[in-house]
Amino acid sequence: MTESSPATAALPAVRWCDRCGESVATGPHPACEAARAWEPPRWCASCRRRMKVQVVPAGWSAVCVEHGERRG
Amino acid sequence: MPEILDQARERVLGNGVGLDEAGILAVLNLPDEHLPAALQLAHEVRMRWCGPEVEVEGIVSLKTGGCPEDCHFCSQSGLFTSPVRSVWLDIPALVEAAKQTAATGATEFCIVAAVRGPDARLMKQMREGVAAIRAAVDIQVAASLGMLTKEQVDELVEMGVHRYNHNLETCRSYFPNVVTTHSWEERWETLRMVRESGMEVCCGGILGLGETVEQRAEFAAQLAELDPHEVPLNFLNPRPGTPLGDRPVVEGKDALRAIAAFRLAMPRTILRYAGGRELTLGDLGTREGLLGGINAVIVGNYLTTLGRPATADLELLEDLKMPVKALSATL
Ligand code: SF4
Repeated sequence: MTESSPATAALPAVRWCDRCGESVATGPHPACEAARAWEPPRWCASCRRRMKVQVVPAGWSAVCVEHGERRG
Repeated sequence: MPEILDQARERVLGNGVGLDEAGILAVLNLPDEHLPAALQLAHEVRMRWCGPEVEVEGIVSLKTGGCPEDCHFCSQSGLFTSPVRSVWLDIPALVEAAKQTAATGATEFCIVAAVRGPDARLMKQMREGVAAIRAAVDIQVAASLGMLTKEQVDELVEMGVHRYNHNLETCRSYFPNVVTTHSWEERWETLRMVRESGMEVCCGGILGLGETVEQRAEFAAQLAELDPHEVPLNFLNPRPGTPLGDRPVVEGKDALRAIAAFRLAMPRTILRYAGGRELTLGDLGTREGLLGGINAVIVGNYLTTLGRPATADLELLEDLKMPVKALSATL
């Protein structure tokens, strides 16, 4: 599943895992990365807000009120 | 050849009569070396009593999350710390999802809501949504909205919903370990009303909730007693934040044994691959299941998790020379 990001000039820094919502400061989360092959993101990677996620048969969208929408 | 497979050849393949609970359990307990023979027999049963066609379906969540029930496997329960937030799909997006589904060649589009049962707002959204889909897309509409009243059953029939999904999820004896906010019997009552209304009954469940092999056999036998038009078979995909979030996924061989056993219990039903097959079976196992009793698939994404792209499943069906059931064959 490919993913696109909001068309903003400068993307905010990725500080949180978009699957489990924990910090990625100490390194990547391999289990979460593997799981994300079959899941949309749930947490905003920039601010750790829980996103509003809609899954449809051919894609998904995830909205953070602060950082906009991601689609896949 | 194990005795149970000889018996099943005569009873199920020959006469179209499903195995009883003891027979189902014997299939579920077959050692690995007899699994290919069980799958082969289940495939022959499916070909004889259902034919080569595969029914393709897409599903979409009209109302996601925030459910008041406590089904322990479900990320949409509002009672757990799951990260899934409540969200509604609007009607244009619903119609678009139906169009995308129809474009894959699917004949079924199931609208699902995370609720105990529908309220007036949901029924209104359904009425408008089903009408909009029927006006714009050539596809059969099914629904899954939890427990219904008789009036709601009648309303869905009136809207043109032709099939209703309501999973029993697991066997009667294990159900209280999985759900405490409603009973197995309440679910059965909805299924009874759906059956009486003339809508097709779609009822399956999830394997890997912690049930024993005996309880898996009990579940298949209870489904066979219900005799649903369709049985969606899910394998637990443990969801973070749910009480079953740390359970292991079902072993591939156990999943295949279950597919064969469920087919031998219900020779004529539509046995559908639903959620979890990607984790439990992968690509190779998916193929083996389609050659072992499965005759329907959900293509594309699920309600809160992602599936294989529809094209991957359609290519597999082409490779297996299994035609996709046409809409004309379902009307
Ligand atoms: S009723 Fe349905 S949506 Fe609600 S918790 Fe149970 S499985 Fe999930």
